[in-house]
Amino acid sequence: MTALQQAPVRVHPARRAGRYAVRLFLTAGAVVSLVPFLWMAIAATHSTSDLFRSPPPFLPGGRLLDNLARLQDTIGFGRVLLNSVGIAVVHTVLSSLISAMCGYGLAKYRFRGRGLLLGAVLATMMIPFQVLLVPLFQMMASVGWIDSYQAVVLPFLANSFGILLMRQGFVDFPDELLESARIDGSGELRTFYQVVLPCVRPQLGALVIFTFMAQWNSFIWPLLMLNSEDKYTVPVALNTLTGLSHVDYSGLMLGSLLATLPLMALFLLFQRQFVAGLLGGAVKG
Amino acid sequence: MAAHTTYDRPVAPARAPAGARRRRRRPTAWIFAGPAAALFALFFAYPLGASLLQSFTTEDAGATHWVGLDQYRRMIHDPAFLESLFNTGIILAVQVPVMIGLALVLAVLLNQSWLRFRGTWRAVYFLPAVTTLVAYAVVFQVLLKTDGGLVNQILGAIGIGQVDWLNSPTWARVSLIASLTWRWTGYNAVILLAGLQSIGKEQYEAAAIDGATTLSTYTRVILPQLRPVVLFCVITSTIGTLQLFDENYVLTRGGPDDATLTPVVYLYKVGFQQLDFGYAAAIAWVVVALIAAISALQYVAFGRERRR
Repeated sequence: MTALQQAPVRVHPARRAGRYAVRLFLTAGAVVSLVPFLWMAIAATHSTSDLFRSPPPFLPGGRLLDNLARLQDTIGFGRVLLNSVGIAVVHTVLSSLISAMCGYGLAKYRFRGRGLLLGAVLATMMIPFQVLLVPLFQMMASVGWIDSYQAVVLPFLANSFGILLMRQGFVDFPDELLESARIDGSGELRTFYQVVLPCVRPQLGALVIFTFMAQWNSFIWPLLMLNSEDKYTVPVALNTLTGLSHVDYSGLMLGSLLATLPLMALFLLFQRQFVAGLLGGAVKG
Repeated sequence: MAAHTTYDRPVAPARAPAGARRRRRRPTAWIFAGPAAALFALFFAYPLGASLLQSFTTEDAGATHWVGLDQYRRMIHDPAFLESLFNTGIILAVQVPVMIGLALVLAVLLNQSWLRFRGTWRAVYFLPAVTTLVAYAVVFQVLLKTDGGLVNQILGAIGIGQVDWLNSPTWARVSLIASLTWRWTGYNAVILLAGLQSIGKEQYEAAAIDGATTLSTYTRVILPQLRPVVLFCVITSTIGTLQLFDENYVLTRGGPDDATLTPVVYLYKVGFQQLDFGYAAAIAWVVVALIAAISALQYVAFGRERRR
């Protein structure tokens, strides 16, 4: 450290050692975080018997297409993936729209029943949805909707987290702008879609990503609702594979990898919105 | 809910032209709030009431009987239910504090200004949280397989014997705690990091001028301000623990010997495998009461203002 440093602050040797220790700790943690993903990717390209041999494979093998074909045979993976995408997309679009509209109504209007609605929104945040499982199941059974897509999508469309997130975004929207749109003769709905919504893009983006991920992951409700294999979502289909006497582990690993990749891609693309949504107004950033 | 028509008034703008708002408007507020309100009424309020009523009944040969608090009394003497509470207690006492502590350390380290590629580190640590839930349980199943699983192979290579991870009650609990920690630590670290980043630089500088060491700067100045965020993480993790289903259902189906059974997995088994709906509803309401009680307790314990 005798030479002139370009750095503005000279780093004390002890502190420097400390920094290396920090980097080492973080690296160790990162390895622990990533190993299961690497293993998932490697395991997806080997046969099940190779997975558990000693030493385990460290490089990708050549069985990827075999595993994919077998996955297609056993659970009709292509169809299952399509179900998951379809359910998640429909649910996300409807849920985001309904939540945004409700958030707007709560933020910008005074109306009878507003307090009651806000109370209901907060109550759904507090009360675990498992309480609803039995009665919802019976409701769906009584209208003959067991084993239908709408039974998976409908019950959880109104999302209280989303409503509060959007309401937060709309509260700061200037009333003068709404007023001038009204004076210009624009209808309330048109004003909402053309003037207001474009202004809350960040919140809407966070909500869309969050809702999609939650729906993609949802397991217990689809597990209850769906009985026929051609309607399964990815988590439900993967779960059926784990229960067999001869578990097809490499197929499972490939399925898990394919189920996780879309989420990883979404997260890496929209990291900022994602973290914003994660904090959902709990921490003002 | 919206049976009667109401005439809404837009929130009065600061400079409302007098008399401009006289004209009666159609009730547009319900156009916006109506769909969500209808969904809440149908899929939340109604089933909520129904499940509460159902928890006081039992079904016998197709007929429903009112049994008062019998279902709740039954729980007190139900070893499986007590076991599920015990397991939840272990996770709350061991996993949540360890995870939040680790997340706090990570958040502080990731917040160091000299650290490069902070966005990349953050993404890496957050990645476990964006794994498909069922997929990660499956991956842990493969990693922890007794004969030939990667973890046992590594242990074997170091010279430690095989561990029967998922088939012995104790190790199954350890496995569940390890997988929960793997998935949620980074998630909490990212939330805590956001909290740290909202604390101004001048706080650190002021502490340094006052002669505080790095450690005491954190323990005396920074962490006390992070209290609400830590509380948020603790409460959400607690609620998540009390509602645990996906991980232990996929990993071990709640076994072996109910060692990883949680109230919600038990509720699922009672309701949808034994079709005992009344009992399942009662279990669900006990979970609700527990969540309310523990959250309130933590809020009181953590939320206290520090008195000088």
